[in-house]
Amino acid sequence: MDNWVIALIKVVFIWTWTLLIATLMTWVERRGSAMMQDRLGPNRAGPFGLFQPLADGIKLFTKEDIIPEKAHKILFSLGPILFALPAFSAYAVIPFGDKLVVNGKEIILQVADVNVGFLYVVALGAMAVYGIVLGGWGSNNKYSILGGLRSTAQLISYEVPFGLSLLAVVLVYGTFSLREISLAQQGTFLGFLPNWGIFKQPLGFILFIVTAYAEANRVPFDLPEAESEIVAGYHTEYGSMRLGLYLFGEYVNMYTLAALMVTLYFGAWHLPYIDMSKFLGPVSYGIASFLVFFLKTAFFLWLFVWVRWTVPRFRYDQVMGLGWKALIPLALVNLFITALCIQLTV
Amino acid sequence: MGLKEKVQDLLGNDILDIVEYRGDLTIEVPKSKNVKVLKALKEVEGLQFDFLVDIVGVDNSALYEKKKAKKKKPKGDEEAEEKEPVKEGPPPPRFEVVYLLLALSTNERLRVKIRVSEDDLEVDSITGLWRGANWPEREVYDMFGIRFKGHPNLKRLLMWEGFPAHPLRKDYPLEGQGEQRDFDDCRFF
Amino acid sequence: MAKNNNAPITGDYVTINIGPSHPAMHGTLRVVCKTDGETIVEAIPEIGYLHRGVEKLGENLTYHQFIPITDRLNYCSAIANNVAYEKAVEKLLGIEIPEKAKLIRVIMKELARIADHQVCVGILGVDLGAFTPFFYLIIQREEIYDIFEWYNGARLTNTFGRIGGVNADLPEIFHTKWPKLKDTIRKANDETDKLLTHNRIWMDRTIGVNPFSPEDALEYGFTGPCLRATGVKRDLRKDEPYYFYNQFDFEVPVGKHGDVFDRYYVRLIEMEESIKIIDQAYTMYKELPPDAPLMAKVPKIIKPPEGEIYSAIESPNGELGFFIKSDGTDKPYRIKIRPPCYMVYQAFPELVKGEMIADTIACLSSLNIIAGELDR
Repeated sequence: MDNWVIALIKVVFIWTWTLLIATLMTWVERRGSAMMQDRLGPNRAGPFGLFQPLADGIKLFTKEDIIPEKAHKILFSLGPILFALPAFSAYAVIPFGDKLVVNGKEIILQVADVNVGFLYVVALGAMAVYGIVLGGWGSNNKYSILGGLRSTAQLISYEVPFGLSLLAVVLVYGTFSLREISLAQQGTFLGFLPNWGIFKQPLGFILFIVTAYAEANRVPFDLPEAESEIVAGYHTEYGSMRLGLYLFGEYVNMYTLAALMVTLYFGAWHLPYIDMSKFLGPVSYGIASFLVFFLKTAFFLWLFVWVRWTVPRFRYDQVMGLGWKALIPLALVNLFITALCIQLTV
Repeated sequence: MGLKEKVQDLLGNDILDIVEYRGDLTIEVPKSKNVKVLKALKEVEGLQFDFLVDIVGVDNSALYEKKKAKKKKPKGDEEAEEKEPVKEGPPPPRFEVVYLLLALSTNERLRVKIRVSEDDLEVDSITGLWRGANWPEREVYDMFGIRFKGHPNLKRLLMWEGFPAHPLRKDYPLEGQGEQRDFDDCRFF
Repeated sequence: MAKNNNAPITGDYVTINIGPSHPAMHGTLRVVCKTDGETIVEAIPEIGYLHRGVEKLGENLTYHQFIPITDRLNYCSAIANNVAYEKAVEKLLGIEIPEKAKLIRVIMKELARIADHQVCVGILGVDLGAFTPFFYLIIQREEIYDIFEWYNGARLTNTFGRIGGVNADLPEIFHTKWPKLKDTIRKANDETDKLLTHNRIWMDRTIGVNPFSPEDALEYGFTGPCLRATGVKRDLRKDEPYYFYNQFDFEVPVGKHGDVFDRYYVRLIEMEESIKIIDQAYTMYKELPPDAPLMAKVPKIIKPPEGEIYSAIESPNGELGFFIKSDGTDKPYRIKIRPPCYMVYQAFPELVKGEMIADTIACLSSLNIIAGELDR
C-alpha cells in the first residue's frame, strides 16, 4: 500500500469519526441534561432516540436557506465555513491511538505527525474567532455584532493563558510534536504515579481546562451566544445548515479540545501501570490503544456536558477579569516554576 | 383620636367632603390644593401617609346620567318636572382622581379625591412628592385625558402614541372605534 | 455596508431594542436601551403590548363574570388574583365568608405563592445560564398544579372561588398528596439552594447587582419580595392581617441590600414559610366539621350598594389591590387594579442605569415582572 493511500484512509476515517462523535454528542448532551433534570429527553427516533441527531441533520439540510436582505452576503456565507473548517482540520495533528501493524507495515494512528503540531492546534483554534466575528458582523444585527465582539474579546484574552499553559507542557517534554509527548507519558513518575502530564503540570491542567472551556464557548463562558441576553449572539440570523455548521463546529471543537487534554495531561493511550503492548498482538494493540484514548476523551466530553448543565454563566466583564487578572498571572507563574524545576533537575 | 378627626384637624377647611364607607376613609379636597394636601398628609407627624399606593381616575358621567334618569322616573306628574330645573345648576365635574395613600407606621389607609371638570382637565402633578407617581399619572392621562402639570414625561403609557381617544371614558365603546384599522404598523398586507 | 440606510450608531451610543419578542422578556415586555459598549446609559421600558383593557371589560361584566378575567392578570398565580378580587367584592357587599372558605382560600393562595416563586426563581436561573434548578422547581410546580386541576379542572387559569366563599371543598388528592408534596418541594428548594446560592459564579452575578435603597423603594411604591429584599419588613399578611393570618406562626424574610441576590433569596425562604402556613391552616381546617358551610349567604345577582372601596392582599408579587366603585347595579362602575409589578417596573430605568446588558436581564427576572398584570 502506498503511503498516500494510508494517509487518505486516515483522513477519511478521522473526518467521519469526528462527524460521528459530534452528532452523537448532540444526543449525549440532550439525553445527559435530561437525565440531570428529571426529564426524558429525545427518545422517539430509533432506540433511545439515537437517531435524533440524524433527524436534526435532515431537518437542518432541508430548511430554507435564508440570507437577510441587509446582510453582507459574502461575509454572511463565509462565517460558518470559517468557523467549521479549522475545527475539523485541527484534529489532524492529534493522535487517536498508538500504532497499528498491518502486513508488517507500521501505521501511526495520527493523520500527520508534524513537529510543530502544537503551534498548528493553537493557530487553528485562534482561526475560529474569524468565523464568529465575520458571521456576527455580516448579519447586520445588533445582537449578532455584540456576540461577535464578546467572542473576540474573550478569545483574545483566553488565547494567552491557553498558549502559556501549553508552553509549560512543551518545556516539560522538550518537543512540539504531540506524538512524542504522548509516547513520553509511558511508565511511572516518582516511582508510584503514572507518568502523566497532569502530575507534572497540575496547575497547568487547571488553567488549560478553564481556557479550553472559554475557547469552546461553553457554559460558563458561552457569552457570545448567551441566549437570554443577546438572543443567540453571532448566529441569531442564521438558519438551516449554516446554523448547523456553527453548532457542529462547536461540538467538533469540544472533541478536539478533549483529545488535546488527554494527549497532554492524561497519558494519551497509556493505561496506568500497565503496558498494553507487552501482551497484546500488533493489531489488537492498535485497536486497544485507540479505545483507551477514546474512552478518556469521552470522559472529558462528558465533563463539558456536565459543567454546562451545572453552573450559571459569567458576565462579560467578569470573564475578562478572570482572564487577565487571574489566569494570565497564574499561567506565567506556572511557566516560571516549570522552567525553574527543569533548570534545577537537568 | 380617630383617623377621621386627625385628618379633619389637620386639613380643616380644605376638606369639601368626608366619607367613611366599610371602614375606608375618603376625603375630597379642592382640585387646586391636591399637592398641598398630599404634602401635608405625607409629612405631618402623627399621620405620615408616606406611601402612595396608586392613583385612580374615574369618569362619573354615566353615573350622573343614571341619577338624572332615576330622578325623572318617579315623577310622572307635572309638579316634579317643574321642580327639576331649580335643582340642576352647573353640571358636576365629570372626572375624579383618587389618590390611594397608606401610612406605613400605622397601616392606616386614606383616599384623597379631587374632582376635575371637563373644561379644565389640568391637575398639578405629584411626581415631586413621590417619584412613583410617574406611571400612575401617565396611565390616568392615557385612559381619561386628564393632564398633569409638571409631570416630567406625560406620554401615553398603555395605548400607543397617537391613539385618538381615551378608552376608559364612559363614552368610549367597549369594542373600540376602529382604531386598529388606522394603526399603520398593522397594515402588513 | 455603505448602503445600509438604517445606520444604528448615533454619536457614541448604540440603541438596542430588547423585546417585545426576546427570549428573556417574559411575556411581551420591551426595553429600549441606549448602550455604551455593553453598559446601559439609559433604559426606557415600553409597556402596553399585552394591554387587553381588563378594567374596561370589568365595567361591562357582572361581578361574577369578572372572576375569570382576573385569572389573566398574574397568570403564574391566578388564585391569588381571584382571592384578591373576591375579597374586594365581599368588602363592598359587607359580608363575612365562612371560616372553612377562608382556610381553603389561604391554603390555595399559599400554594399559588409557592408556584409563583418557583417560576420566578427558576427563570432567574435560566436567564443567568443555570438551567437545571429550573426543572427541579418546575416539576414540583406541576405537582401543585395537579392539586389545582383536581379542584377546578384548570391548571393555569383556575377561576378559584366565588364571591362569598369557595365553590368546592379541598379535593381528595390534597389530603393524600400534601404530606409528600411538601417534602419534595423542600427538597427541590434545597437542591436549588445548593446549586445556586453558594456558587461562586452565581454570587458574582447576583450579589451587589442593581441594589436599591429602602427609601427609594418606598417612594416608588415597591411592595412584596422586592421591597422586603431592601430591608423593609412589610407584608400585608402581618401588617393588615386577613383570613386568620394573625393566628399563623410564620416569619417575614427580609434582605439587606435589595440586590438581585436578596430578591432571589427572599423568595426562596418565603416558599418555606408558605409551607408552614399551609400546614397550620390545614390543621385548623381538619378541626372543622366536614359539613361546615363553604359559602356565605349571597344573593344570586350581586348588586352592591353605591360606594367605593379599596381592598388589597399580599399576592406573591406584592400588594395586589382592587379599587371598586359601585353604582348600585349588577356591574361594577369602575374597577382599578393595583398590580404590584406595575409600580416596581417604573423604577427599572433607575435600577439598571450604568449596569451591563446581562444585568438588565438578571434584574428583570428578579423583579418578576409579569406582563399580564403589568399591562392589564
